[in-house]
Amino acid sequence: MENGSLALQYLLSGVTKGSIYAVVAIGFNLIYSATGVLNFAQGEFVMLGGMVAVTLSHFVPLPVAIVGAVLIVAFIGCLLEITFFRKLRRHSVLHLIIITIGLSIVMQEAALHIWDEKVRSLPYFTGNEVSSLKFLGAAISPQVLWVLGTVAVTVVLLHFFLKYTLRGRAMRACSSNPDAAMLAGINIPNMRTLSFGLSAALGALAGCVISPITMTHYEMGAPLAIKGFAAAILGGMGNPMGAVAGGLLVGILEAFAVSRLPAAYNDVAAFVVLLLVLFVRPHGLFGRPGGESVREH
Amino acid sequence: MKPSAKQFVPFALFALALVLVQSILRATGREYCLTQLTMSLYYAIVVIGLCLVMGYAGQVSLGHGAFFAIGGYTSAVLTTHDFSRFNTTDWAGALRQAHLLVAKDDLYGNQVVTASPWAAFLAAMLATLVIAGLIGYPALRLKGHYLAMATLGFGLIVYKTVLGTALFGAADGINGVPEWNLGFGLTVSGRSALRVENYYIAGTLVMVLLVLLRNLIHSRVGRALQAIHDRETAAGAMGINTAAYKLRAFVLSALLAAMAGAFFTHYTGGIGPSEASAFKSVRYVALAASGGMASLWGVTGMSTLLNYLSLRGLFGSYDNAVFGAILITIVSLAPEGPLKPLGLWMQTMAGKMFGARRVEAAMENK
Amino acid sequence: MKTKLLLVAGACWLSAQLSLPCSAAEEPKPIKIGAIFSVTGPASFLGAPESKTAQMLVDKINASGGVLGQKLELIIKDSSGSPEKAVSFAKQLIEEDKVLAIIGPSTSGETMQIKKLCEENQMILVSCAAADAIVNPLAKYVFKTPQKDSQAATWIYRTMKEKGITKIAVLTGNDGFGASGKKQLEELAKTEGIEIVANEVYDKQATDLTDVLTKVKSTPGVQAVVNWSIVPAQSIVAKNMKQLGMNIPLFQSHGFGNRKYVEQAGVAAEGILFPAGRLLVVDELPASNPQKQLLATYKKDYEAAYKEDVSTFGGHAYDAILIVTEALKKAGTTDRDKVRDAIENLHGLVGTAGIYNFSATDHTGLDLTAFEMLTVKDGKFTIYKK
Repeated sequence: MENGSLALQYLLSGVTKGSIYAVVAIGFNLIYSATGVLNFAQGEFVMLGGMVAVTLSHFVPLPVAIVGAVLIVAFIGCLLEITFFRKLRRHSVLHLIIITIGLSIVMQEAALHIWDEKVRSLPYFTGNEVSSLKFLGAAISPQVLWVLGTVAVTVVLLHFFLKYTLRGRAMRACSSNPDAAMLAGINIPNMRTLSFGLSAALGALAGCVISPITMTHYEMGAPLAIKGFAAAILGGMGNPMGAVAGGLLVGILEAFAVSRLPAAYNDVAAFVVLLLVLFVRPHGLFGRPGGESVREH
Repeated sequence: MKPSAKQFVPFALFALALVLVQSILRATGREYCLTQLTMSLYYAIVVIGLCLVMGYAGQVSLGHGAFFAIGGYTSAVLTTHDFSRFNTTDWAGALRQAHLLVAKDDLYGNQVVTASPWAAFLAAMLATLVIAGLIGYPALRLKGHYLAMATLGFGLIVYKTVLGTALFGAADGINGVPEWNLGFGLTVSGRSALRVENYYIAGTLVMVLLVLLRNLIHSRVGRALQAIHDRETAAGAMGINTAAYKLRAFVLSALLAAMAGAFFTHYTGGIGPSEASAFKSVRYVALAASGGMASLWGVTGMSTLLNYLSLRGLFGSYDNAVFGAILITIVSLAPEGPLKPLGLWMQTMAGKMFGARRVEAAMENK
Repeated sequence: MKTKLLLVAGACWLSAQLSLPCSAAEEPKPIKIGAIFSVTGPASFLGAPESKTAQMLVDKINASGGVLGQKLELIIKDSSGSPEKAVSFAKQLIEEDKVLAIIGPSTSGETMQIKKLCEENQMILVSCAAADAIVNPLAKYVFKTPQKDSQAATWIYRTMKEKGITKIAVLTGNDGFGASGKKQLEELAKTEGIEIVANEVYDKQATDLTDVLTKVKSTPGVQAVVNWSIVPAQSIVAKNMKQLGMNIPLFQSHGFGNRKYVEQAGVAAEGILFPAGRLLVVDELPASNPQKQLLATYKKDYEAAYKEDVSTFGGHAYDAILIVTEALKKAGTTDRDKVRDAIENLHGLVGTAGIYNFSATDHTGLDLTAFEMLTVKDGKFTIYKK
């Protein structure tokens, strides 16, 4: 392979992984923006979306299965918020984060016992396991374009929702100034539930669209959550575009690390870069400076 | 503050509980349960240190498994790696004289030259001090979730490094770690004959550390940490060097974790990369939270109990689910830890049994 | 003051907890066999079928009267792939349950952590893990049932040579299985006349491996790829190779031993070559094959009982139980030392992985004939014919 197409291939490979991280990061970012909570169970929403869709796809056509999975997981997200977070507003955010950790553990185990330890996947949306699109000497699976498309559409829709609709603006108000929002008559608890439900829905959609690439299994949530979290931080929390940029960056960093180092250390390299960025510019690449403290909420 | 005899009552009771448990186990012929208790006590040390960082300094660390692993792996590598190549050099001779390097036969009769466990332990502590300092210094200037991410990232780097490096045994970890002769006739070892001795070694270590930490908390340092926890900006405005205190708390907790790792490794005779994983780090945080982050006794009790039950396989394949459920329940219902509500509940029960006023009077009299 | 009350109460409660039965009371009648499997956790693809198989076989044996007139009692502990749990459970099985033998663990890492413990306590350990280090250096009481990784590597290399392949790329997962395979592949390459020009270890949880494969593709002279890992990476490698347009042969390890993996790789699985036990192609075996009947029965029973495809991993547990029960019958007693001696004297024992011939110097019992080279054709496993 000549150098140009080799570099392009690494880039495309990075974009493949990066798009997966980006789509998880968006969900992370949404809940954080609306409630200040870091939802460590975000990876489990992705996993559940894939698992439910695979099960449904045995009975109904694929698009219906995906829609069904998204709705079911969104419902679960709302349910979790109502059960665990609504009553607990007096807790510090640190405690809430720990609860999400507990939830992610329980959800993973529940998935293991409801389904089983086997790996499964949705069929490719277009083409199959061997199809690939080639340009300029490099190749990429068409499913990656589906993932990127989903990311793009999600970001656009979210932007529209948050900026132009009443509900969306109410959500933004809740996160920037809860007291004023309350005085203005915004129902804060409902907003939180909405943000959880929406984030779960996004996670589930992500889980469906990445399933053919990564395969779906009960343990996939935790590593995705970590990478998604890293991507969101790198991009700057509070900014969905930042989450996407962060995700793509982490993926591309990993891919180029493989070209230089033994592949065993590819995410070590990515995390070293992440740490360096954090130490120098904690609010991430595109976030607002004036880092918010978890404790002082 | 003048030390009074009253302060040592909880520790005396802890020692009493240790002896009580062991005697009951011996009497019922179940002394083998001490194995899991010993392991749990070592894990509890990590959580106690984390308590200092989370409960008092108010910082989230999702990377403490990595420090346990650094302590354990350093001990393991230095006491199993064959340094025979260097045996003929001068400084090797000097190290042998100082009993830091020893020659012995391994399991299969070959002669190897390894570091002595004490030397390895000192190296482990030193390594942890340096690494924790290097990571802590920039990381602790971050707030809240950024610190969480930094420690998580650090933990991941350590995990992937030990997993990917042949020197650390890669995925299989290191085994065949020798016993550790502590001196005074005490040996850290997994042999069943030394079971009781090792139980008390672990228990004593826990108690000593608890005494030290308690003194720390009730000193100026502790009060400074408390101030930082409550309102960091106010504390800074009052002239407290918040960064220095947070760093010290972090490094101290890292040293505790590494110490636990070193002892644990000699006790079980090996270590694997799973000890450094995010899963383990998160588990330590969960244990600290479920014990009440600022309650040393709650944390010790909870983590010993939960790890004990897990190591005995009580929950079978549902181990993680139970663990997650307990975590959620306690943090939701009793974020200060289970001791207070437990204490209140026991008080109410005692009140119902013995008459409320008598119990109250007894409570007030001390 | 309150703390005082609490602590004493707590201590009493704790000791009450501990006096609760730690395990089933010891009855003189059943023969206890302990098992440590990674039923959940990262090695669950090994431990889950192993656990199911072991239970199924023990139930079957008990239904036909047990061994030496006594029923078998199988005590299964789920270590979730965690070495400290393996150590803790091993101690429990040895000291508390006082079992006759321990089957498992599922992974090499866990086995190595308890090898010394079992040897010192003179406890028979029949491991279901494959690492060479388990039986080399030899420990009197430690055996293993899977074929050797070195044998799998030899088969791969010999098939490559027949196809005229001399330069290869080696890809391995970063778990114990991958590490063991990597070691064997590297050690045997020279003697078998193969040159490894690209050698990469990847994260077994990787979601996509096009970057690693790009590196391989850009290395000149690569004629074939050997991938030594487990799911999902096995399927991902196969798919990614085809997506990148790499049409060189892909060899997998015996970790590919389940039809589900073929399904997941879909069309990309066609033509994959790998060594495996004959369980996967039992229907193709001639009636004269000594293993055929055992394999066919196992497959039928397992698939009926658990409604899922049989895999070669479950077979390791099958063989372990078989070895212990056959040794029991041969020794005629439950004395552990005599049973151990009997294991070493087992010859021609037909198991799922092959035909076992143990000896004082061979605690694996299988040779190269235990493997068959398989390939995937039209979405099904079939014996590879040159």
